Amino acid sequence: MKYLTEFRNNDLVQKLFHEIHQITTRPWAMMEVCGGQTHSIIRNGIDQLLPPEIELIHGPGCPVCVTPLETIDKALAIAAQPNVIFCSFGDMLRVPGSDHDLFAVKSQGGDIRIVYSPLDALKVARDNPDKQVVFFGIGFETTAPANAQALVVAKKQGLKNFSMLVSHVLVPPAIEALMQSPTCRVQAFLAAGHVCSVMGYWQYEPLAEKYHVPIVVTGFEPLDVLNGIYHAVLQLEASRHEVENAYSRAVQREGNLPAQKVMQEVFEVCDRKWRGIGMIPQSGWQLNAAYRDMDAAIRFQVGDIRTQESSICRSGDVLQGLIKPHQCPAFGKECTPSKPLGATMVSSEGACAAYYNYGRFIEHEQVAP
Amino acid sequence: MCLGVPGQIKEVYELEGVRMGKVNFGGIVKEVCLEYVPEAVVGDYTIVHVGFAITRLDEASALETLKMFEELGVLDEELNPEHLE
Repeated sequence: MKYLTEFRNNDLVQKLFHEIHQITTRPWAMMEVCGGQTHSIIRNGIDQLLPPEIELIHGPGCPVCVTPLETIDKALAIAAQPNVIFCSFGDMLRVPGSDHDLFAVKSQGGDIRIVYSPLDALKVARDNPDKQVVFFGIGFETTAPANAQALVVAKKQGLKNFSMLVSHVLVPPAIEALMQSPTCRVQAFLAAGHVCSVMGYWQYEPLAEKYHVPIVVTGFEPLDVLNGIYHAVLQLEASRHEVENAYSRAVQREGNLPAQKVMQEVFEVCDRKWRGIGMIPQSGWQLNAAYRDMDAAIRFQVGDIRTQESSICRSGDVLQGLIKPHQCPAFGKECTPSKPLGATMVSSEGACAAYYNYGRFIEHEQVAP
Repeated sequence: MCLGVPGQIKEVYELEGVRMGKVNFGGIVKEVCLEYVPEAVVGDYTIVHVGFAITRLDEASALETLKMFEELGVLDEELNPEHLE
């Protein structure tokens, strides 16, 4: 068992498609929360093989895309300082701030290093005691345990030259905000599998109950995505609204308790602005009092940041599922992966990048029969 | 958001008080923090995200899921075999 090829088995994929066609009798709109799921869907053409009644609305689960513009601009201001080594995940370097990006800061002499893990940033801090080493700690509940562990180790080792610019976001409050929006068309959610590996899925049960919406914990391989859709349609057709776990090999109801314990030691909940969506109450994590001395936003007084979004970028509407990427007038013209206007075209998990990279320039129906 | 990749634990050790290990991703072996999967041992598969194992993969559940897929539609095949193109 390698847990990859088995969940791409074409015969089983055909079987699941067949079953989904069999059980779908009415139009249903469901949202896959995670950008990784969006890319699996578009790359494998899953949306085009589903019954036409089923619409997949791409969710806001792309950490790069939703990181607030103010935070990007703060990162740019910190990274430009001479005595700073700024460490970040790769795809954050091309996210447009108000007027430039981290790559531009790097080209003007900023010491910016791409790391695979926050623990790598600790190594940079140990190797450069005379420099201030800052790690860009963004992401959802899946990434937060890694950043929390790095902070715990840094404190234990007394790494005084290490700090973190933290901008974590949480899925449940975002689902609640989406369901409360009058323009929301979502009837079921495919929950982000690896967020649930960490947090479990008990937090979604009150949401399914309150908003009468099925929530199915879903993985990322083709069979996993189809399994999530299959169980969501079964519920919708039977007017049920429960939380179901369609990714049981990687998710248990209570989640990863050791990870949750460390995160509680380091973070506290806060209101968070989501880029393109706006302020969502209690939807973020920030460093708590015990770790505030390692908060780069405080350690580096970068002052009040005046932000300026691109006037024609509609990534906010894409993130809320109001439009599909190719319905944006700038898509593929002023806005391409090499000259992105918004973060959803930059990120390897952004819906606009998925549509561009996998050639989704026009509606499926308009493609020559 | 949370691109996690399954890999097999090849070695477990401690580094400066932190549980670490070597994990094999289809031939590429990387150092991974195993602090969050204290129950995982050599030979187990885990999902790894930004260098951290976030869960141990449960083989029984995986096999059960695959079996469910296999059995899908078997009932239809018996009840009305002709509807299958």
